[in-house]
This record gives sequence, C-alpha cells and structure tokens, in this order.
Amino acid sequence: MLKLSLTRLDDLFTVIADKESLYLPVDTAVGQAQFKKWESGVKMSTALNTVRSAKDYFFPQTENIVDFRIQGKNIEIVDTRNESEDFILFGVRACDAKSFTILDKVFLAEPADTFYKSRREHGTVITLACTRPEETCFCSAFGIDPANPAGDISAWIAEGDIYFEAVTKKGADRIGIFASLLKDADDSAVKAQKEATAEIMAKLPLSGLNLKGFHADALNEKFRSPKWAELSKMCLGCGTCTFICPTCQCYDIRDFDTGHGVRRFRCWDSCMYSDFTKMSAGDPRHTQLERFRQRFMHKLIYFPANNDGVYGCVGCGRCLARCPISMNIAKVVKTLGDE
Amino acid sequence: MQEIMKKRAEELLQDGSVNRILGWKAGEFVYDITPFVFGSAEELDQGFVYNDFCGNNLSKYLVSESRKEGKILAFLKPCDTYSFNQLVKEHRILRENIYVIGIECGGKADIDKIKANGISGIVGIESCGSGFTVDTIYGRETVEKNSAFLERCTVCKSKKHVVYDELIGEDGEVLDAGRFDMVEKIEAMTTDERFEFWRGELSRCIRCNACRNVCPACTCERCVFDNENSGAASKASADTFEENMYHIIRAFHVAGRCTDCGECSRVCPQNIPLHLLNRKIILDIDELYGEFQAGEDTETCAPLTAFTKEDAEPGTVNKKGGN
Repeated sequence: MLKLSLTRLDDLFTVIADKESLYLPVDTAVGQAQFKKWESGVKMSTALNTVRSAKDYFFPQTENIVDFRIQGKNIEIVDTRNESEDFILFGVRACDAKSFTILDKVFLAEPADTFYKSRREHGTVITLACTRPEETCFCSAFGIDPANPAGDISAWIAEGDIYFEAVTKKGADRIGIFASLLKDADDSAVKAQKEATAEIMAKLPLSGLNLKGFHADALNEKFRSPKWAELSKMCLGCGTCTFICPTCQCYDIRDFDTGHGVRRFRCWDSCMYSDFTKMSAGDPRHTQLERFRQRFMHKLIYFPANNDGVYGCVGCGRCLARCPISMNIAKVVKTLGDE
Repeated sequence: MQEIMKKRAEELLQDGSVNRILGWKAGEFVYDITPFVFGSAEELDQGFVYNDFCGNNLSKYLVSESRKEGKILAFLKPCDTYSFNQLVKEHRILRENIYVIGIECGGKADIDKIKANGISGIVGIESCGSGFTVDTIYGRETVEKNSAFLERCTVCKSKKHVVYDELIGEDGEVLDAGRFDMVEKIEAMTTDERFEFWRGELSRCIRCNACRNVCPACTCERCVFDNENSGAASKASADTFEENMYHIIRAFHVAGRCTDCGECSRVCPQNIPLHLLNRKIILDIDELYGEFQAGEDTETCAPLTAFTKEDAEPGTVNKKGGN
C-alpha cells in the first residue's frame, strides 16, 4: 500500500492534471456535489456522493454519432467518432465503480459500442472508500463493499493520509503518473477503517434488504403481481430516477435538422416516458403501470437473467433521495420480495 | 392532527360519503413520503401519515382521480387549495366528485436542508416545538425548523384555505412574506448578469421533466415537448439552448395560471430555482394588470385571458428597459 499526506492533495491533483484530464466530485453553489474537471484551486467535495452518477463520463447524456451533409443531390456521411483522450475519474464510490461493470455488459458485448469502448479504454477510475454511508445506501445487498471499492486504483482517506492500491493492470500502470509523490505504508489504518465501516453498514436501515425471490424463474410470477398497480399508481412518469441512476443505460437515437443536413445524435431515454421504444404500431406500454414495471423488472429480473445473476442496481440510493414522490427500488423490493 | 384526519377519513369511508382518500403514505425513513389513494380502513392503518414532510401538492392527482367512480376525499394544505381552485376553473377536475378537507399547515420541511447540516444515517425524526430531533446511526442531532423549511414555506404566501368542504385545524390569513425579494434582486442585475445567471442555473437541467410532470398547471393531454409532430419534441439537448427554451416556454405556458405552489423547485434533482421564473411573471402581471393570485377563486377571469381597455400596452415592457 502507498500513501500521501492529505495536506498534499493539491500537489497530487496538479501532477495528475499535468498528464491527463482529471475529473472529481466538487461542491456546487447550490449545495450539491457534481463531477467537474479539476483545475488549480478546485477543492474535492467531501459529500458522500454526487447527484448525477459518474456514468456520464463513459455514456454521456447526449452525443453526436454521425453527420449527414446535404448539398444538392449529394449526401456526405461524416463519421464523427473521435478517439477519447486519456482521463482520470477520481473519487468514484464503490457503487458507481460497480455500475461501470454493469454498463460494460451492455456496451462491450459484441458488437461493442465503439463510443463507449473508447472512453472506457482511455478512462482510469480511482475509487474512494466510503466512511460515512447514509440511510439511503444499500450497496451491500448487491455484494458491494463500500470500504473496499473496485475501479483501477482504490483509495482510502484515513488519519490524515490518503492511501492507494492498484487493482487492475491499467491501474498499476497509471499509478506511475503520481507514484513519485507516494511512499510505502502499512495498511493498519485502512484495515481499521474497513472494520469500522462494516459495523456502520450493519446498522443502516436498509442493511437487511433481501433480494430473495428476484431471479429468472420468478419472471411470470413477479410480472403478474397485482402489487404493481399500487406501487406505480402515483408515479409522475418523469425521468428523474432513470437519469440519475448509474446503471440505467437505455438511449434513443434522434435526428436534428441543421438546415443543411442532419445531425444524428443519441440521448438518454427513460422507460418512464410515454414514447419509450415506440414502434410503428404505437407504444408497447400503454400505462404508467407497465412503464414502471418495466424499469424494475429490468433491474431485478431481466438483467440478472441475461447476465449471470448480476442485478441492474448497485444500491447507491440516488433514486431514494431524488424521486419526487419517494417511490423507489427499495420499496419495490420490500413489497414484491419473498419473505 | 394525523390521528384526527385519519379518524375523520375512516368515518367518511364508513358512512359511504366517499370511497377513497387521497393522502400521504409513510415510507422507510420518516421523510420519504409517497402520495397515496387509500381505499379502506385497513390501508389507512397501514400507512396514513401527516407530518412535517408531507410537502407533495396532491391537487393534480385529482385530474384523473375525480373521473373515477365514486367520491374521493382529498386532504389539502392551504397552498394546495389554490392549485385545486385553478384546476376547477380550467375544468380539469370534477368538483362534485371530491370532498375537500382543508388541513392546517405550519410549513413543510426540506430533508436536503436538514442533511445540509452534515446529518446522515437518519433513522428517526421527531418534531418538538420549534425544532427537529434527528436520530441517526451516528448519534442524535437537533435542527431548528426555521432553517429547514422548503423554499416556498420560508416565503409562505397564504395560510388561508381558498376552498374546503370541511376544515381540520385553524384557517389562516393571506401573508406577505417577501416572496418576490429574489425576483427583484434578479431584476436589478444588468442584462448580461441576468443572462449569465439563468444560463448557469438552467445549464444543470437534465430534462427529467419532473418539474413539468409534478406541475398542477401542466395538465395537457400531450405536452408539446412530447409531441413528435410539434417540431419541438426533444428528449435531450440538440444544442446548448434547448433546456433554456424548455423552461422559458413552460414558464410562459403557465403564466397567469401558476399559483406559485413551488412544486417545480421542490422536485428538481438539480436544485434549479425554477419558481423564480414563475414568480417573475406573477410579479409582472401584478404590476401591469393589478394584483392577481391564480387559484384564489374559481370564477375570476385571469388578466391574460381577458381584454380590458386599461390593459398594458406591449410597449410598456420596453419602457422598463427590458426588465
């Protein structure tokens, strides 16, 4: 394990930013943490997590995918893809780090999504262990240990120092960027922190959230449950939960008329919206009940059924905090789960 | 209060006056309350709640609920009653199918403001006098209620119920708590400063549509922004002005109909002060056409939908220097 005094955090960021673009959580003027590009003078937020997830850096809300330039009877098709620059995403929490592996299953499965793949290949994720989880946290239900976050390099802030450990080959390579600042350290402070966090996790109100009963064999039973009506009844049909979710990955492809051609872009889509996956025959999900059910069936049944049992949720708790009517996946699991 | 409301709801269910109750249902951690339609005494027992976190304005749900069979009991806070009246005026809710019980409101709390004190791991919140006692897994904390109100409650426009069939608790007065102070600050900015202010705020928009979907004034069967044939439909920004346009169009569309219930700002996940756009238009209407409060009653013709010879001329705005 390697460490650096917290008093030298600015030196660390300066050294990293000198080599690659560095993005980390920053407090905004409206009292929320958001990932921002680091530049001299920027302080890292101490908030537990950002309002928007870190997925934006691999799967942005909007991106142009191809341009069609029209001149007379000629249409020129322009491939707008650019190789991503190298960048470092710093201070990612364990839940968000796990979300990238879920997105990978979608976007890196053949045929791979080249836009996503380029960013994943050029991005290095440095995670930061949680020490003060909130009541909305339930990552442990998905086998995530917030005190032992994955990513390419893991970091812990403990007793005035920041500790680092490379996890992946890429991490071992990239830690070289700032290795000159680090010195060898024993891991006793980190070990103590992990034990303390484990004790806190056990006390959280959602620590016992049980996913028993959510598996491929239960598809029909869960799909037909009469309880969806009650759960979805007051849903506003907004897209807040899907847009702040680190694992929601649905998108739409749209054309923008530039006046002298077409800019084809893709943008996040939400299964909560009435025109989601609209087809020539119309909308396949007529009511909010069906749209609502789709979101949770996808995360808790369909996704694990197709991905070796891995759920499409990491328990980050963003939807618990942000849903305008406080309806969320934890309430769905409690209502529909087996005893 | 909660117990009196629940008892009254049970009585009205039992004597057949209503067959459903629109209220609030308890969640996992005291503050995460969900609007709910209760259909039986058992359901009321399982989760009916009325506390400091029942901020949701329930009026809009009555657009669909009042068209169902039977009569529904709706519990409305003073500010919710303005939305209710406005919806009645617009023929969006069927008044005869609703029994309104007005309920006293001392202001509702914003959990984010409580958490802004560094409080997390909340397992319980008790209201005691002028403060909250917050129990967390990290220990007990206290927070002054005055520091934890929703924005709209810090400048509450009225404690008066403008409509009710029955009242629980006290009816209050229309208040003047300086809700236009921030609008006046923005008006005092230079044009460039103001432009930068709004570009900065609106640039955080993620187009989740929560503001629109929660808004009691937004009850179009199909919103122009969801209509592919409108030429304005977009799920995400095709250019950097898209979100700005979305919010400006919305503010203009609810002009004269917005009661300033503040739900748009309450639900915005990005903390954009959307209510300021609406309040600017309300203030302009007050200044140009005389004081007008949408939702105050169900009959008065709104200034923007009525013509009088005394109406402000379009040039008036130019005389104000674009403000």
